[in-house]
Formats: sequence, C-alpha cells, structure tokens
Amino acid sequence: MAVKKIAVALRDVIAEEMRRDESVFVMGEDIAKQGGVFGVTRGLIDEFGPKRVRETPISEAGYVGTALGAALTGMRPVVDFMYLDFTYVAMDQLLNQVAKLRYMYGGKATVPMVIRGQQGIGRGNAGTHSQSVETFFCHIPGFKVVMPSNAYDGAGLLRTAIRDNNPVMFIEHKALYITSEDVPDDPDFMIPFGQAKVRREGSDVTIVATSLMVSRAEEAAQKLASEGIEAEVIDPRTLLPLDIDTIAASVKKTGRAVVVHEAHKNAGIGAEIGSQISETCFPYLDAPVSRLGAKPSTLPFSLVLENAVVPGVDDIYDAAKAVCYT
Amino acid sequence: MNKDMKLKIHETMLTIRKFEEKALSLFEQNKLRGSVHLSIGQEAVAATVGAYLRPEDYITSTHRGHGHSLAKGARPDRAMAELMGKETGYCKGRGGSMHIADLEQGNLGANAIVGAGIPHAVGAALSAQIRETDQVAVTFFGDGAANQGIFHESLNIAAIWNLPVIFIVENNQYAMTVAAKDVTSVEDIATRSVAYNMPGEVVDGNDVTAVDKAFSKALKRAKEGKGPTLIEAKTYRWEGHWTGDPQVYRSKKEINQWKEKDPILRWEKKLLEEGILSQEQIDAKHAEVDQVIEDAVTFAMESAEPDPATVLDNVYYEEAT
Repeated sequence: MAVKKIAVALRDVIAEEMRRDESVFVMGEDIAKQGGVFGVTRGLIDEFGPKRVRETPISEAGYVGTALGAALTGMRPVVDFMYLDFTYVAMDQLLNQVAKLRYMYGGKATVPMVIRGQQGIGRGNAGTHSQSVETFFCHIPGFKVVMPSNAYDGAGLLRTAIRDNNPVMFIEHKALYITSEDVPDDPDFMIPFGQAKVRREGSDVTIVATSLMVSRAEEAAQKLASEGIEAEVIDPRTLLPLDIDTIAASVKKTGRAVVVHEAHKNAGIGAEIGSQISETCFPYLDAPVSRLGAKPSTLPFSLVLENAVVPGVDDIYDAAKAVCYT
Repeated sequence: MNKDMKLKIHETMLTIRKFEEKALSLFEQNKLRGSVHLSIGQEAVAATVGAYLRPEDYITSTHRGHGHSLAKGARPDRAMAELMGKETGYCKGRGGSMHIADLEQGNLGANAIVGAGIPHAVGAALSAQIRETDQVAVTFFGDGAANQGIFHESLNIAAIWNLPVIFIVENNQYAMTVAAKDVTSVEDIATRSVAYNMPGEVVDGNDVTAVDKAFSKALKRAKEGKGPTLIEAKTYRWEGHWTGDPQVYRSKKEINQWKEKDPILRWEKKLLEEGILSQEQIDAKHAEVDQVIEDAVTFAMESAEPDPATVLDNVYYEEAT
C-alpha cells in the first residue's frame, strides 16, 4: 500500500499497463511535456516516448475517431480528455461510432478503448467546463461508465477499464484530484465493474451517491448520526453496469432511499436508479425515493451560484431527514 | 499493372455493377428495405484500388459502400444477405446496406454518417505505424464528406504523424441533391491537400488507368513511410442518391453524357485493344458474374432471419465462458 493522490494513482496504473502491454498507448491534448493539465499523464513521455504518448491537435472528434481506428486494429488506446465537457465536440464519434460499431458490424469489431478525463465543479470554470456528462453515455448502449470517488477505486477500476475489450467512459472529478488514499502496490490490482461499495453502514436510510457526492453524503451521514439517524452510504462506482443488487439489499433493510449526483437531476442517472429501486423494493419502501441533482440551469461561474446549483451536504441531510419523516 | 490485375479489375467492376443493378431491382420489388445507395458508374475507383490491397491492408467506406466492400474481398452472397437483413450477412443483419464490414479482410466498415469513417482509417494507419508493419489504410468518401470538419481534422492528424493512409474522395458531383460545386469552396477538392502539406491529385475516376497511376504512386509513398496522399476521383453516380430519388436536381442530358464515359465499357475497350480479352471472353465474364449474383440472391433469400432472442448479442464484448 502507498498513499497516493488520485492523479498519481491513475498515472501509475496507466504506466504499469503500458509496460505490461505494448498495445496500450495514450492520446490527447497537452499530455506530453505538460503531462496533462491535472497531471494524470505526467512523465509518460519520458518513459514511453512520442510513439505511444500521442499529443494531439485540438481536434476532439478527429482524435477520438483515430483512436477508434487504432482500437479496431489491435491497439488499446487510452484517450485523454482535458475536460469531459469537450466530449460534446466529439459526440458523433463517441455516440454513433465508438459505442455502436461492434453491434452494427455483427460482433466482429472489438473496441478496447478508454475515454477518460475529469468533470464537475470546483474551479470556477463556468458552464462549458464544469458540467457532468455521464448521463449521455449511460443512455447509448455500448459504453461502460465508471465514476470513481477516490484513489483506491480509481486505480482498481482504471486497470479493469484498460483491460476491458469494450469502450469505457472513465469519469474523474476535478475537485477530487487533491484527495489521497491508500492504493495497493499490486500491478494486477483490479476492481470488477458492477460492484457497488458500501462506504458506511446504517439501518435507517440508504444514500446512493456518485463521485464528489460520495464525500458529501458521508458528511451528511455523520451529521444525521449525531441525531440518531444511521444512514447507509453506497457508491455504485460504475453506472453501467449498475449494481442494483447491493443498492436494493440496502433499501430493503432501511426502507428509505436518497439518490444524489452532481449531474442535472432532470432525466439524470438518479431517475434510473430511483426507478430501479421502486421496481425492486416497492413493498419495502416507507417513503418515495428522493432524488438530488443539479438544478436545471447552466453551471454558473460565481462560486456562490455554483454552490447553489449543485447538491451540498445540507441538501443531502435535509433529503434524508425528509424521507425519515423527521 | 500486370494482366491478372487488369482482369481482376474488370471482374470486380462487373461484380459491383451487377450486384447493384440487382439490388435496385430487388428494392423496386419491395424485397429490400431501408436505404440502398448505389455506386453504379463509379466502379473504377473501388475496383482499381481493391486490386492493389492485401487482406491485411485496411479500408473504410461510406453509405455508398457496396463497391468498396466487394473490391476488398467481400463475397456477394454474404453482402446481399446483409442487404436483406439476414443472419448470414456480414453484420448478421444488424448493419444493413450502409454498414457492411469484414474485419477479417481488413474492411473496417462502411459508415452511414458522412465523413465518420475517415478518422478510422487514420487510426488504422497509426496502429500500423506503432506496430511497425507495412500495412496501409485507404479511406473512401464523397465530395459531401470533404465539407465535414472531421475530414479536415483527419488530414491534419495524418500529416503531422506522417501516417500510411490514402484519402480517396470520390467526387460524384452531388452531395445528395446539392451540386458539389455549389457548396464547395474549391473547384478541385484535391487542392485542399495543400493546406495539410500532402500531395493531392485529381484523376478521371471513370478511367482505370488514371486511378491506377495516382493510386500506385500514393501507395508507394505510404509504404515508404513518406505519409498520406489525397486523391480526388471525378466521377458520377448514374442512379439517384437513394433508390426512389426523383432527381429533380439534374437533367437526363447530363446523366446521359456521363453514361458515355462508362468506366466498364472504357476498360473493356482497352482490354480488347491490348488483346487481353476477346469480345467472346468479355461476354462469358458477364454471364459468369450474372450467375454469381443470381446465386448470391438465392443464398440471401434462402438464409434465415436473425433470431429475436439474439437481439442483445454483441452490444458488449463478453469473455467466453
């Protein structure tokens, strides 16, 4: 075990996988000398050189399509997005091509490809650099969608993503890069997709939270505990596949559920999770499933306004109290 | 070009022509559904390029891609089965006319989003470069695709990394119903190569010899590690954009003028002149290909529909259990 910041943990996994498998290579903007704006590719150019550390022009659609062509022909590209908001520039290649070619070509095409980068609030980047994009990729069949909330999960999930033979959207959070956690040294440390993690056990209410919202849910749970309400906090870790079994087992125990994410509440993944909870746990529910997500506005620049849009600790605390009718 | 290649090009052109004439006829009889985009009149480009490519070389293609697939080694029977949505088709009926792919033969697929297949060939060329093989990637696209951003991004990426990829724009004069000249900033799309620091060449796309000359040069360049080339083949689609297109945007006279430049008749004339084929041999080849296409239709008609229970197969790669 070694204590690592998320960026370092992810960087180490990429380097280890590049050492292990010559078909793994990285592509993206500012990933060579700069090592990525958030340092996730730092130093790779020194070890692997420009042949396998492909610094691209600012041509998101072009380099996603290029990575796809490489993936179809035996390579395993790890595509770096500086901001996942920029995936919107490459949506045809992502949604129509990367996600669909295997199916459309009758299963002959294999697309082992990771698309990774960061998203979310925390730096005052406003509406085109602070949003959460996971919903789009959950909706189109073909992707796996991964959202680690800490360095340990990030390392284990990224290695699984790189070794997976499917396109994986690997969604990091800019505000989490500064957090550190123990990460195993094992170069084969992997966390299987579709296994949620119970971050905190509790008997009164289940809080399902993703990415940055996990730590906020844990903070809300502590506050609730001081009032005698024991919340169980679950991090799905992967949205596709989604471990509904772990979530449902918890809700059947607690009878109450709050689902919280940073992406817009409207038509967000929380609606899907909430619906699946209703379908699997209806007889056990003592209250309607509560959903929290960003209010339906563009992410504003002002810190005060940004905080007003995205769920905070108090919002989660209030929602949990509400479903407990206290 | 040796004699075998010359004969191969003739046979491939005939196969494409007769395959598509049959597809048109089947569509008109309501035996095909969806969209069927025909490349009748454009066969020289695909057939000539295909004669040079090995199975390990790559192509990407377009919604008008039957010809490219057949030229890259696709079997007419499995291609026809795909047009009919059958389980024996190249994509097991999941892709249809616009998405024939045969990865084992280096055909990375036809693509129904205009221009979308271009970067996939760039990526295949990147893959070849990283793996240090002598494989080459060719991407076919139309004049319409040359106005997509992805065309420009792809040429730039190919040029900065000096990739073994050949861009072939088949300028068939119309982007659906709009004349290419009305929506394109340049007379010759090949001149856009200048912006991306690569050679660009305009050729008569209805003349096998002209396509051959330009393509063999580009192929040599790619294999020698000298980078990409943009070739513009001026050609013409005889049929509408889609089967059933009323073609209000062009005149019968124009169509007939281009039919006089039939790439197949021109090539047959040349093969006759060179003494490579006699008229009897040409007639025999036509009959032979007619039979191949008839057999393909029979195979496709008799093939099973996909099983609805398999509709979720291949959304994801699954490890064998």
